[in-house]
Amino acid sequence: MSDDNPYNIPRTGFDTLALHAGQQPDPLTGARATPIYQSASFVFPDTDFAAGLFNIERAGHVYSRLSNPTNAVLEERIAALEGGVGAIATSSGQAATHLAITTLCSAGDHVVASRSLYGGTHNLLDYTLPRFGISTTFVDPRSPEAFGAAIQPNTKLLFGEIIGNPGLEVLDIPKVAAVAHDAGMPLLIDSTFATPYLCKPFDHGADLIVHSATKFLSGHGAIIGGLLVDGGTFNWESSDRFPTLTEPYDGFHNLVFAEEFGPLAFLMRARKEGMRDFGACMAPTTAFYALQGVETLSLRMARHIENTRAIVDFLSQQSAVEEVIHPEVPSHPDHELAQQLLPKGAGAVLGVIIHGGRSAGQKLIESLTLISHLANIGDAKTLVIHPASTTHHRMSGEDLAKAGIHEGLIRLSIGLEEPSDLIADLSSALRRSQRV
Amino acid sequence: MYLEIAGKQAFYGTGSSSHRESQPSIVFIHGAAMDHTVWSLPARYFARHQFNVVAIDLPGHGRSTGPALHHIAEMSDWLSEVLATGENEEHIVVGHSMGSLIAWDWAAKNSDRCQKLVLLGTSMPMPVTDQLLNSAKLNENASFEMANTWSHSSRGKLGFNLNPGVWMFGHGQRLMHRSIEDAFYADLAACNSANLEPGQIQCPTLLILAESDQMTPYRAGKSVADQLTNTSIVTLPGSGHSMLSECPNEVLDALIEFIAAA
Repeated sequence: MSDDNPYNIPRTGFDTLALHAGQQPDPLTGARATPIYQSASFVFPDTDFAAGLFNIERAGHVYSRLSNPTNAVLEERIAALEGGVGAIATSSGQAATHLAITTLCSAGDHVVASRSLYGGTHNLLDYTLPRFGISTTFVDPRSPEAFGAAIQPNTKLLFGEIIGNPGLEVLDIPKVAAVAHDAGMPLLIDSTFATPYLCKPFDHGADLIVHSATKFLSGHGAIIGGLLVDGGTFNWESSDRFPTLTEPYDGFHNLVFAEEFGPLAFLMRARKEGMRDFGACMAPTTAFYALQGVETLSLRMARHIENTRAIVDFLSQQSAVEEVIHPEVPSHPDHELAQQLLPKGAGAVLGVIIHGGRSAGQKLIESLTLISHLANIGDAKTLVIHPASTTHHRMSGEDLAKAGIHEGLIRLSIGLEEPSDLIADLSSALRRSQRV
Repeated sequence: MYLEIAGKQAFYGTGSSSHRESQPSIVFIHGAAMDHTVWSLPARYFARHQFNVVAIDLPGHGRSTGPALHHIAEMSDWLSEVLATGENEEHIVVGHSMGSLIAWDWAAKNSDRCQKLVLLGTSMPMPVTDQLLNSAKLNENASFEMANTWSHSSRGKLGFNLNPGVWMFGHGQRLMHRSIEDAFYADLAACNSANLEPGQIQCPTLLILAESDQMTPYRAGKSVADQLTNTSIVTLPGSGHSMLSECPNEVLDALIEFIAAA
């Protein structure tokens, strides 16, 4: 008997869910691994059954743009690990973010977002969605009050990354969630850097989660994919702010999603409209690869964290290094918050600023031999990039400064290699970077 | 459909259809701490097939305001008031778990108006453990977790939902959190104290029973066939008490076949 389980309720553990949730041995073949259902469509036994599937009277699959049995296993598994009611697998993390926003927002609507976001997300919010009438106000992720102050009558959601990219600010999810809920709107969290192994945002008040499955979830840099997870917690009917969920939808025989599906309302609208019309579905083979990664999520994340700590420790002692940015560094402004929200570890991405500015940084990157210079994070292999000239190159110098991105910042995503080999590679490259 | 019953807001789902004159009525009654949305698939099916669907939210559940009712008889009387606002005299009544007791009680009191009766996940008596009752009385989250855990089969606790992407265990938990404070205890206490008699029930009755049901065990469900007349049983192999999410298509097929039969 434990304090958090005084009745000894049998609970399925994280690793068991990571291996089993959403899947049973294939009933026809006995296959233990999740089969790849590489099929565009699924046969209807009769016309009434077909009509029932189309009209949401029956459970099942119609067409793989809407749903697919392999993808469904991944969706259930991530929803189980996050503690949500369900999920939708998408073609990329960007597609998941787009699906989340467009399920709630129409032309004329508004989002309040953290200023510290993945460059692609920043592009979507700052440049692309405004073309469709959806605007965003960017705020300091360390100021929950700023989120509240930016809310407008047409605001539909608050949005932030649990660990900002690349500034590594930790979002105070409980406080930002309270601001959102006081204003009657949901909080959407991009939890790509954390994965449910390090943090479950729903436990801290978030209502919706997006992941880039490309990163730590799949873990091997082999796929592009995303997931949108619904906590089922938000009461969409508490106001008239969310007509896509509370008013009859012409596009589905005047279906009112909140009335018909209760806690599944958001998820059902996202699938029945967003997947149907935008069509950014995940390929079943991609879902299979993502599932292989998820099966070992906790083993990998624990090693990612262990290696990250070794690299942070090493870099912190190097004279060539001006600053190591990671929430586990005691001087990091969010160190205490990270310990609270991310007790198992504050992620495997770190920033480093070395003496000698941008040119020294370039030398460092070009001198690395084991660590790969590319645009990604969350691979089993260690990766490096210079954000200001790559992932965030469309941001102005002023916006970079506002987002806390030093022009000389180098981002490392720590992999699963032997830490001594990573240290040797970094040590050599640091020496070369300081040569005049 | 919103209406007012005894000065309080009441609601029933219609499967997204409007009332049709001269068409049969099918009434769906949810279980403890649930609401009308558990019936969304069959409600939509029967609505499309020209039934007038009445998927109620009991007081304190879903969109119906509280307070929750404490006895099965009160709940079936409340149902009568809801049905009195419509034009149908006769009804097919379908209930799950606590809802099956309400359906039974309503049918016993209105035997001439009950065309067919369907009891899912049922038993009579329907005892509730002291541990669960006491936890629910304290409005502890643990009471939801206990009930949700026992409502799913070992298979169901790991998912594999036919409804794509829906994690049924999480969904069940969230549904219960939507009922008002004290509603779950009121529901459980009503089940625990229920003592129903068959009365004049003569209509065909279908029992849909789940083989791995821990809340209303399969054997207890089968004994209902000895208490009522004119019954038939559909067994759902491997399913837990949450059969509407574990076996949605099998439940719908059983309903269709039974309701279509002469």
